[in-house]
Amino acid sequence: MFVLPEALLLARLQFAFTVSFHFLFPAITIGLASYLAVLEGLWLKTGREAYLDLFRYWVKIFALVFSMGVVSGIVMSYQFGTNWAVFSDKAGPIIGPLMAYEVLTAFFLEAGFLGVMLFGMQRVGKRLHFTATLMVALGTFVSAFWILSVNSWMQTPTGYALNANGQFISAGSWLAIIFNPSFPYRLMHTVSAAYLTTAFLVGGVGAWHLLKDRENPRSRIMFSMAMWMAAIFAPMQVVLGDMHGINTLEHQPVKVMAMEGHYQSHANGAPLILFGIPNSARNRVDYAIEIPKLSSLILKHDINAPLAGLDTIPKENQPPVGIVFWSFRIMVGLGFLMAGLGLLSLYARARGKLYHWTGLHRFALLMAPSGLIAVLAGWVTTEVGRQPWTITGLLRTVDSASPLAAPAVAASLVAFVLVYFAVFGAGIVYILKLMAKPPGAHEPEPPHIPVRTAGITPAAAIMPAIASPQGSHQS
Amino acid sequence: MTLDLTIIWACIIVFAVFVYVVMDGFDLGIGILFPSFAVGHDRDTAMNSIAPLWDGNETWLVLGGGGLLAAFPLAYGLILSALYAPIIAMLLALIFRGVAFEFRWRDPAHRAFWDAAFTGGSFLAALSQGVVLGALLQGVSISGRAYAGGWWDWLTPFSLLTGVGVVVAYALIGSTWLILKTEGALQQQAVRHAWRLGAITLLAVIVVSLVTPFLKGNYFDRWLTYPNILLVAPIPILVAMASYAFARSLKSGRELAPFLLTLFVFFLCFIGIGISVFPYVIPGAVTIWDAATEPSSQVFMLFGTAIVVPLILAYTGWAYWVFRGKVNADGYHS
Repeated sequence: MFVLPEALLLARLQFAFTVSFHFLFPAITIGLASYLAVLEGLWLKTGREAYLDLFRYWVKIFALVFSMGVVSGIVMSYQFGTNWAVFSDKAGPIIGPLMAYEVLTAFFLEAGFLGVMLFGMQRVGKRLHFTATLMVALGTFVSAFWILSVNSWMQTPTGYALNANGQFISAGSWLAIIFNPSFPYRLMHTVSAAYLTTAFLVGGVGAWHLLKDRENPRSRIMFSMAMWMAAIFAPMQVVLGDMHGINTLEHQPVKVMAMEGHYQSHANGAPLILFGIPNSARNRVDYAIEIPKLSSLILKHDINAPLAGLDTIPKENQPPVGIVFWSFRIMVGLGFLMAGLGLLSLYARARGKLYHWTGLHRFALLMAPSGLIAVLAGWVTTEVGRQPWTITGLLRTVDSASPLAAPAVAASLVAFVLVYFAVFGAGIVYILKLMAKPPGAHEPEPPHIPVRTAGITPAAAIMPAIASPQGSHQS
Repeated sequence: MTLDLTIIWACIIVFAVFVYVVMDGFDLGIGILFPSFAVGHDRDTAMNSIAPLWDGNETWLVLGGGGLLAAFPLAYGLILSALYAPIIAMLLALIFRGVAFEFRWRDPAHRAFWDAAFTGGSFLAALSQGVVLGALLQGVSISGRAYAGGWWDWLTPFSLLTGVGVVVAYALIGSTWLILKTEGALQQQAVRHAWRLGAITLLAVIVVSLVTPFLKGNYFDRWLTYPNILLVAPIPILVAMASYAFARSLKSGRELAPFLLTLFVFFLCFIGIGISVFPYVIPGAVTIWDAATEPSSQVFMLFGTAIVVPLILAYTGWAYWVFRGKVNADGYHS
């Protein structure tokens, strides 16, 4: 007989699984909403049909991704209570209002405008429709704003006091809570990551269609825009990531030690460990390939600056080094590959080969999911790196969980895995089918009939009836 | 003057839950009845009658859950961890039926599968919600600020009774919605459903009402001792009158009245539950004041809520206005 792992580990696995799955959808919609706004703006400005075709091509994919983001998000709003009851009780007075604002503002912007954006072009006219698209893009950003504020507060809590029940409460200023020290950096880094995620998805789809037909002007536009984004945002993301890292060093130095694999302190300049195998039993990185002093140069901007290592931290306050070390390298590695593709595209553009260089297109196709993987790896780095705390230095993960029986959590974990893979697997297949179709001229509006989901909005659905007067008046 | 913010927040949450129950109630109910409709025109029509509205309806579930965390964090943690299994089952069920709306049309080859997902998800979500209600009413064992019971505590004959009761009640309100929204054979079928389901729902309401005072807790005092019994008597009397009116409205072929009367009975049941449990949020253990968040958090959230919830309500009302009238397999007539 095998013994079930503890309920705590299972609860963590379940949360990690559901939040990771969920995160993929907003990571796409945040960027895609802005991309759609840009496409529509360009169409309005230039009058080129190709932009409108691209808008209609991507808005169908957006609708599907958005609906999956909504249903997987409902789960998240309840999981804090099911799996993390003590955390919910203690942190509720602080994170509750922030999450309530997320629900309220995001629902308002999305409920008001998503429907118009999806179906309403003929109904409301171009200008109002463009406004709706902008509002949806703003809504996705506002969502990210509040959720990342909550997450950042858990990473770098400020502005709190404790009440008699042991709950964290506002010490007076909500601004001090919302704009906690890591929030601005995390927000910029994450939103920029979402833009890159979309850019590489769009670039990958564009590349796929260029590989089959170099002359399709819509594939060309798609690919070209994505490569501009890659060339500009990927290097910028390296800078933003560095700033975020330095902020982390200031407020959560232990996380950085785990990311860097620094088991030992370095009094006189710490090396940058490129690769190796963290060995927490022996407090060393086996087979390390390292560059002397470079870590101090990156983190402190001084090659001889001393850097403390995990040897200064009690074992019970250390995160699991292996996961953080590797997920960080996956993220950074992909980030540099992205920047590489961006630079390569600049070279190809300068040589006039952007639409003809098969190798570049294959590379871009390969990189299509790179943003999604990097986003997840970055998320793992920051969340696992916070361990063993749910609220850094204040509340331990082990003290946050609901008093649950292991079999209950195990059973629900299995159910989540099965349901998510079945349901979202099917959804992803439908998205891939949409992406496999080349973007055509006179791309149709989303199918008129029947009226379907529109995120959370009722308005969405009124449009089809109006858009197809011949289809709905008989009977 | 002291304005009790905790009472205000309790009202907001109860309001959100009630709006959720009546609105998602009829679309879950249609999911439950779905297999009884003929494949093709009838099923497409039934689905179209709710397609533009269901996701707006589910907004209230998120508002209720998010609001509970924000306003009553202790209750949120206790309830969700105590009722772990039915809550998780509900969430998974809602995923299935939510995507079924989208996938059913997109993938005709697997329509039968997504139809089954739609029905199974709707049924399981309704059953779970009813079980949650029953399990809460029968009480949750608590020690300090944590749940102290086992992971099967929620499963009792009473919670199964309320679970089945909610399934039937949702199916009933779903059938009355279809009476309102459809015509011809499908409408006739909905009327037949409404007769049967109305009778079973009334039976379930009676049985639950008779059993509840004998659960542990002070329900007996609230309902069956003098002078309380005089004060609460209007509730069962109104239920009886509404049931009679419901039967008459079905008989005389009215289209809107059955739906509104069912809503009214739901409302009376809600009041009844309120009479049973107030001021507790977890009966016998945690009052709304025990569970309430800090005043500063209450005030901070009230700003946003006071602005946005009326807008959502206005928006929702407008949407229902837009979608008034009959529906068919092609969608709403304009």
